[in-house]
Amino acid sequence: MSKKIAVQIDDLTVAYNYKPVLWDIDLEIPEGVLMAIVGPNGAGKSTLIKSVLGILKPIAGSVSIYGKPYEKQRSLVAYVPQKGSVDWDFPTTALDVVMMGTYGSLGWIKRPTQKEKKAALEALEKVGMLPFKNRQISQLSGGQQQRIFLARALVQNASIYFMDEPFQGVDASTEIAIINILKALRKAGKTVIVVHHDLQTVPEYFDWVTFLNVKKIATGPVKDIFNDDNLTKTYGINYKVSIQE
Amino acid sequence: MDITEYIMLVFTDYTLRTITLGTAILGAVTGMLGSFAVLRKQSLLGDAISHAALPGIAIVFLITGAKDSNVLLLGALVSGLIGTFWIRGIISKTHLKSDTALGLILSLFFGFGMLLLTFIQKQPNANQAGLDKYLFGQAATLVESDVWLMAIVTGICLMILLLFWKEFKMLLFDSDFTKTLGFNTKFIDILITSFIVLAIVLGLQTVGVVLMSAMLLAPAAAARQWTNRLSVMVFLSALFGAFSGVFGTAVSASQNNLSTGPVIVIIAGVFVLISFVFSPSRGLLFKQIRFIKNRRDLQLHKTLAFMFRIAETHENISHPHSIKILNNFQGFTKGTLQKLVQKNYVQLNGNMWSLTREGYKTASNLYNQQTENNE
Ligand SMILES: Nc1ncnc2c1ncn2[C@@H]1O[C@H](COP(=O)(O)OP(=O)(O)OP(=O)(O)O)[C@@H](O)[C@H]1O
Ligand SMILES: [Mg+2]
Repeated sequence: MSKKIAVQIDDLTVAYNYKPVLWDIDLEIPEGVLMAIVGPNGAGKSTLIKSVLGILKPIAGSVSIYGKPYEKQRSLVAYVPQKGSVDWDFPTTALDVVMMGTYGSLGWIKRPTQKEKKAALEALEKVGMLPFKNRQISQLSGGQQQRIFLARALVQNASIYFMDEPFQGVDASTEIAIINILKALRKAGKTVIVVHHDLQTVPEYFDWVTFLNVKKIATGPVKDIFNDDNLTKTYGINYKVSIQE
Repeated sequence: MDITEYIMLVFTDYTLRTITLGTAILGAVTGMLGSFAVLRKQSLLGDAISHAALPGIAIVFLITGAKDSNVLLLGALVSGLIGTFWIRGIISKTHLKSDTALGLILSLFFGFGMLLLTFIQKQPNANQAGLDKYLFGQAATLVESDVWLMAIVTGICLMILLLFWKEFKMLLFDSDFTKTLGFNTKFIDILITSFIVLAIVLGLQTVGVVLMSAMLLAPAAAARQWTNRLSVMVFLSALFGAFSGVFGTAVSASQNNLSTGPVIVIIAGVFVLISFVFSPSRGLLFKQIRFIKNRRDLQLHKTLAFMFRIAETHENISHPHSIKILNNFQGFTKGTLQKLVQKNYVQLNGNMWSLTREGYKTASNLYNQQTENNE
């Protein structure tokens, strides 16, 4: 691969208490891949993303985005948190949440204008949520809330997208709608990194995969490394998936 | 004393006017800031801050012997801030649950404060500065300068709120995301928290350590019931707080000088009660009414759909059928049949019913309409 490296992680170690949750992770994510991060619950997938985005401070190691530290490259990165990380009873509307994706480029104090609103409406349209723009967010279904988060990331108009379980609790048609959006992002040359739990769909959806369980088990093209050996190493049990060609 | 008389008095009587203004402003600022505490699910924060302020008052009195409320409140501010940032530290360093940290600091500081108060009271020459007014509040001791101070703090607070509105809102909803965008979440957080501390300390003289947190929580909890927009919530919360202050003062002044602080808190509580019962979207009452109405409509629709399916089997949709065949249908009652007749969906003829044209049309559109109405 002679491609540019979008995200480079070196010797990353993270702990909440004394026990490391991520141990000495080295990871290179090439530009333009649609990558799945897989691993069991508690493997540190969310922690990895949070450390890359500077939400958590690692004990050791470094992260760079296109060769520079994250702080200098924020505008290139968008984030979809795990849905359960916020209170959906918060008094605000779907449109308002999506607008938050524009706050980064606005910076301190400046108010969103018509331009930001237009961008937010477009993003809502893309995820098929335009009819719900004025809904209070607690009155959306789980899958709809997930789409709102996706729209908020789209409005950030980034080069690299980190998504923590965007398929969590969505039905089959929403899942297809979301994956199509992700594939469109890849087609536009963006890099998309997705925490994913459904191993069956990995070969179909993604072209790149990272196995993670505290340590990095393997990373590379799905067709080369998505096999029973790596799955067993990651999940600890004798794992067999039937990969349909 | 009747109402007009009282209102006249508010405008003419200096003391009453001062107290009314003071409690109104206090209610507004605590209500406004309370929205943030409520939305962050930090209900104990107000309690912790007000209790943490007590030792500051006692220590300043012990050192300076001052009786001037502004000096004492400075002590309260310092110890309130220390307590609050101690709590923050505990939460972020030890991963204790925030309730635990709040409760811990609350009891620790309050215990220490009470210890100092009893010590002061035992001093022979202590001029018994009436420090216990900070426990339960004494609105009657408010003077014009106190009110000015409250007004200035409220004004600054309002300006900051408007200036950093977008940042506050985003932090409250999703602090991790806010961080990834490059906003200094710690700064925003400290800003909000400091103002909450300031507002609470200003209220100690009026409402007291013990009841102060109700001033923070009650108006916000009430306001939350009426709106799904943060801006409206903050505004309503300030309004409820201010009204509680004004009404509370009125009640206590007209009823033989009942203690003002508790009355204000009770009135704020009444706002909460009314809001939880009567709010159109979230209130218990309308929820129940809507629930019953939806059930009825649904029963009606189900019966109509059932009849539709029977009528469909005949070429002539108005062909009469026996009522008996409906009896097997779950949810069918004489009442629903009557209603369908009233709506002119169904015609009755002795023991026989038949669908009208309108009924047929409504029934065939029922499913489509329902899905559309959901949007
Ligand atoms: N705030 C926290 N404080 C202490 N420990 C934490 C915290 N957040 C996560 N952990 C621990 O860190 C480990 C990794 O958590 P993480 O959320 O990164 O897992 P994950 O791979 O995303 O799991 P899941 O599939 O369940 O989302 C877990 O053992 C978890 O218990
Ligand atoms: Mg996770």
